[in-house]
Amino acid sequence: MSRLLEVKGLETRFFTQDGVVHAVNGINYHLDEGETLAIVGESGCGKSVGVMSLLRLIPMPPGKVTAGQVWFGTGDDRKDLLKLSDDEIRQVRGNRIAMIFQDPMTSLNPVLTIGFQISEALMLHLGMDKEKARKRAVELLELVGIPRAAERLDDYPHQFSGGMRQRVMIAMGLSCNPQLLIADEPTTALDVTIQAQIADLVKRLRDEIGMAIIWITHDLGVVAGLADRVIVMYAGFIVEEAQVKELYGNPRHPYTIGLLGSLPRLDATREHRLSSIEGLPPDLIDLPKGCPFYARCNYRIEICATDNPRLEPVAPGHKVACHREVTRETPYTVEIEPAEVVA
Amino acid sequence: MNRRRWWHECAEHDPDERQCAGGPSGVKAVDGLNFDIYAGETLGLVGESGCGKSTTGRAILQLYKPTEGTVEVAGKELTKLQGEDLRKQRRQMQMIFQDPYASLNPRMTVGSIVSEPMEVHNIGTKSERIERVRELLKVVGLNPYFINRYPHEFSGGQRQRIGVARALAVNPSFIVCDEPISALDVSIQAQVINLLEDLQEQFKLTYLFIAHDLSVVRHISDRIAVMYLGKIMELADRDELYANPMHPYTQALLSAVPIPDPVVEEKRKRIILEGDVPSPANPPKGCNFCTRCPKVMDVCREQEPVFKEYGSGHYTACWLYPQ
Ligand SMILES: Nc1ncnc2c1ncn2[C@@H]1O[C@H](COP(=O)(O)OP(=O)(O)OP(=O)(O)O)[C@@H](O)[C@H]1O
Ligand SMILES: [Mg+2]
Repeated sequence: MSRLLEVKGLETRFFTQDGVVHAVNGINYHLDEGETLAIVGESGCGKSVGVMSLLRLIPMPPGKVTAGQVWFGTGDDRKDLLKLSDDEIRQVRGNRIAMIFQDPMTSLNPVLTIGFQISEALMLHLGMDKEKARKRAVELLELVGIPRAAERLDDYPHQFSGGMRQRVMIAMGLSCNPQLLIADEPTTALDVTIQAQIADLVKRLRDEIGMAIIWITHDLGVVAGLADRVIVMYAGFIVEEAQVKELYGNPRHPYTIGLLGSLPRLDATREHRLSSIEGLPPDLIDLPKGCPFYARCNYRIEICATDNPRLEPVAPGHKVACHREVTRETPYTVEIEPAEVVA
Repeated sequence: MNRRRWWHECAEHDPDERQCAGGPSGVKAVDGLNFDIYAGETLGLVGESGCGKSTTGRAILQLYKPTEGTVEVAGKELTKLQGEDLRKQRRQMQMIFQDPYASLNPRMTVGSIVSEPMEVHNIGTKSERIERVRELLKVVGLNPYFINRYPHEFSGGQRQRIGVARALAVNPSFIVCDEPISALDVSIQAQVINLLEDLQEQFKLTYLFIAHDLSVVRHISDRIAVMYLGKIMELADRDELYANPMHPYTQALLSAVPIPDPVVEEKRKRIILEGDVPSPANPPKGCNFCTRCPKVMDVCREQEPVFKEYGSGHYTACWLYPQ
């Protein structure tokens, strides 16, 4: 598989009244054609800002992509998205990279019918005529499993349930055969049985169409069954990256180890106390000098307070940003008491 | 565990009379429920959004007056209690809410939020109450030094701790936890779960734990009730429910929950349910699950199955089993 996306040194800031928000802090990653990459991390760690930066969807001001390159495409087609003209980037967004969001209502126009919204995209980007676009719209809705698709073309978004709206968004995203689908928490607002439907749909479409996917989530459960490779973000940094089985089987960053240990499992056979990560993520306006995870880390040593470790390979395809060689078996160097970390 | 029946709700179900159980919209979210909660246990109540979980919790606390049925606590029927008796009983029962952002009054200090239930129930002098608040803050892992701060100065997890301290203030024996962690970040959820478990042991609390996340419910509960469109579909001991789910809805729900382990996920077979949850205002005739059930039969669309016990403590309402 050849390389489809290469993000280098991406850095995004928000210049606010309270100070500069260091939302994304020099991240590097890549994605191959047809590959599914998950980006996980908790609220505010820069997952959304990270991918919105690729597509130049950051509100400016207060936001700004302050450094980095985003190489997208294969062969002669390869371009730095951050250097494209506004027109060119709009072409990429409509045609080659599709994006779906957590709340489909924010991206669907409530006063236009579903049929109109899908066919408009087809006419605009693929130059279809009206009749052909409507026919294709029905096919797309059928593809994503909307029953009685032809009859529902003239319905408005509010006439669809949450799960159905997310299917409509996926249909719209796929309308132009994108090479890359970016899904930002597409199932978070949905019930588990509907979540399973959508995840199943995306997997099926991926295998049929062969597009690459970036799937953003805080849910480590969904990722396990869906992703080829996983990136863990913390405070605007990538702290770990590995193939999915390697990440869950052999996590090497204290944050990843903590996260995986804090998840109750449906298939747990014995009772155990969850290991919790005490404290809170740092304030992105006032990032600590050393490792961003220092205050919450049970494995920290002296150097961690002053030096932020770089993301380095520890095994083939496995990178970690940590001064130590930590595994699940490593004993703690410190116990962190809940009261120690205060508001 | 002491299986003294601590709480009992029994409602007569009349299928022609689908009227309001106290909710504002005229939607009857909870009907014909019949289950007990035992002293010192955690009963988990799971189901998808809008299935009536929260309404059930509120009906138990008499925050809603059920139009039919009774709620008995320790042998006393709550629906009949009035005035002072009801107030005393209410003191035994507290609630922790889903949204730590909305459930705390932004204009009150942490101190007044936590001591308010004590004031309502006329407990202690002012200085005794302040002392108690400090103690409670320590119990839930907050610095007592925060007593004069306001909710917006705290993170979600910390606000949830404030809510827990408030619920504990009047020494309740029973707490309804309504989705207490679903608004919190993954790394914070475990903090709150551990706290609730520790407090249960320390103060011998009984919990009704309402959630949509089955992994969490499995972790924290002794027994689990599965709800769909206002009905309890299945009720069993935790391990029994996961090992031998009887109702097709429980089976589908369990199979839909992702397991954070790629090796396990690779081998799992999912039951993917078709369609959406029908509106609670207009539930289907017969079994509530008949529109999505992969094993649906003719009778399911006609008549409602009886909620019956099959084997010790394992209840379900399904036509697949002898009625
Ligand atoms: N318009 C903005 N102005 C100022 N700060 C912003 C703006 N948009 C985002 N941020 C900040 O950038 C940081 C990263 O936000 P981002 O939305 O990428 O988080 P996330 O990882 O997607 O979180 P979530 O899981 O909650 O969606 C946050 O601290 C956020 O407060
Ligand atoms: Mg986001």
